[in-house]
Amino acid sequence: MLSKLDPGSPAARRGLSDVSIRNLFIIPTIVFLIVFNIFPLIYSLGYSFTDFRASSSAPANFVGLQNYRDLLNDEHVWNNFAVTAKYVLVSVGGQVLVGFGVALLLNRHIPFKGFITTLLLLPMMMSMAVVGLFWDLLYSPSWGIINYALHLEDFAWLSNASVALYAIAITDIWMWSPFVMLLCLAGLSAIPKHLYEAAAIDRATRWYTFTRITLPLVTPLLLIAIIFRTMEAFKTFDLAFIMSSQETTELIAIKLYRLAFQEWQTGESCALAYMVLIMVLAITNIYVKYLNRVKER
Amino acid sequence: MAAVQSATHRTLNRLAITVVVVTTLIYLVPIYWITTTAFKPRSLATTVPPTLVFEPEVTAFVKLFTKRVQLQGEVDPEVYKKAPWYEKRVYDAGERIIKDADGNLELSGYPSRFLNSLIIAISSTIFAVSMGTLTAYGFSRFRMPGEQDWLFFILSTRMLPPVVVAIPMFLMYRAVGLVDTHVGLIILYTAFNLSFSVWLMKGFIDEIPVEYEEAALVDGYTRMEAFFKIVLPQAATGIAATAVFCFITAWNEYAFALMMTNRRAQTAPPYIPSQMGSGITDWTTIAAGTVLFLLPVAIFTFLLRKHLLRGVTFGAIRK
Repeated sequence: MLSKLDPGSPAARRGLSDVSIRNLFIIPTIVFLIVFNIFPLIYSLGYSFTDFRASSSAPANFVGLQNYRDLLNDEHVWNNFAVTAKYVLVSVGGQVLVGFGVALLLNRHIPFKGFITTLLLLPMMMSMAVVGLFWDLLYSPSWGIINYALHLEDFAWLSNASVALYAIAITDIWMWSPFVMLLCLAGLSAIPKHLYEAAAIDRATRWYTFTRITLPLVTPLLLIAIIFRTMEAFKTFDLAFIMSSQETTELIAIKLYRLAFQEWQTGESCALAYMVLIMVLAITNIYVKYLNRVKER
Repeated sequence: MAAVQSATHRTLNRLAITVVVVTTLIYLVPIYWITTTAFKPRSLATTVPPTLVFEPEVTAFVKLFTKRVQLQGEVDPEVYKKAPWYEKRVYDAGERIIKDADGNLELSGYPSRFLNSLIIAISSTIFAVSMGTLTAYGFSRFRMPGEQDWLFFILSTRMLPPVVVAIPMFLMYRAVGLVDTHVGLIILYTAFNLSFSVWLMKGFIDEIPVEYEEAALVDGYTRMEAFFKIVLPQAATGIAATAVFCFITAWNEYAFALMMTNRRAQTAPPYIPSQMGSGITDWTTIAAGTVLFLLPVAIFTFLLRKHLLRGVTFGAIRK
């Protein structure tokens, strides 16, 4: 546990008291976040029980749980969740494979290692919207370099209903594998060398060393990467919205956007937003638990 | 036996390095491609097979910043001769720059969107980092009932999907006239970055030994003076790193900007893709806009390289 300042020391009693400084420093932030994050959510909770449409001047009528019932009975919405689940699985799975793989390769003496690592991290720092845009150029069926490199003639990626979701996931994997790699590298470099030396003396096989030393010691950080990426992939909007407008790529965040800002079903969209919100908060809870666990070590 | 093992070990090591280098090169192809496209003549941007060797030109950047129309017939040689270099580039591409009655060039939407991005990202970064630093100090140094719960609450606001927050915020902004304003986006980005800034700064401030402040208090400083004169200078690196992270997040943000702005306060991320729709896509101009937009991020990534791990884990993992 971190040592805190001693509030009882005589020196601390000059000037503002510690409690007032603490409140002065912390309360504005909490108030700001409540006003601009929590209050809007309370506001939209209210709307989720009405038939309000932001595009018309008609007053909102209370409809009880009707919006929630409609959404749960709407097979399109279930389909949106299914598409989202598939997207999360493919893109996070891909990121773990590529990210962990590259981290294993990088975990040795390599000339210009720092420079190479930073180059690899570039995609993750870029804007999702802009990345989606220029992958459009790469995916072009007739003159895109992906088709050229793979010798696929006129193969449609983004306008092909059955492939588009995977094409978007590939872009996401390109962008976010470095994130997994970064965390895995941190985990790998923290493994004490003497464990490997001991394993070598015992003539342990590579596989044994990997499954009994490397994997268990990297797992905590890998889990953090997986949980965080799962949450982010679940929320994905920008990338898929820019790259494709197929029904098979309509992730839940896109559905929510369409419902709210194109169909102007404000009441119903607030209800859907709440369903998404509860899922995100559940994952956040797990994430913070793991984050605190790693922190304490 | 040992010698054999080290020989295989060395071969494997060399193989691994080769794979790393090849992977890195493949990884950079998309970035290389969009960058070179920005410098290609338009006729070579979308060729089959892809053009690899070409004479780089800056026409796309001139086009990016100006409003143009297709040339009707030939340019008057006299006019061409007198035109500045950038206008010649546009003439060479078969277009001319639109001018107003006074002969001034008309600018495209890009410069104003770029400026909006700068104003909004910088302002929200300043607010988020200054509030975040104070709050982080508060949590780091003083006992607070329910500290863990408050910190969880703060982080959870960061995790909210933008669309979920945007629906009620849009209604509230519409009621008070903040839709499509700089202030509106600055508030949203400050709120979005604030939680990140608190967590990251708390990690940095936790690392500054409490003894420094205690020594200052013994010397007669008040707690406030100790904070401003001892802690803040010690935290300078952390503040700078946090600020760069906040700037990049605000700079890259797309969803809020798409939903909350359409013209006056629109930032570059929703603007750049919107150019795709108008007529035949001129990829060289889009690429030029993309490259200019990505450049600050690329530079900052190199400046931040030592803090990236800390940044992406909200300060929890410090290496």
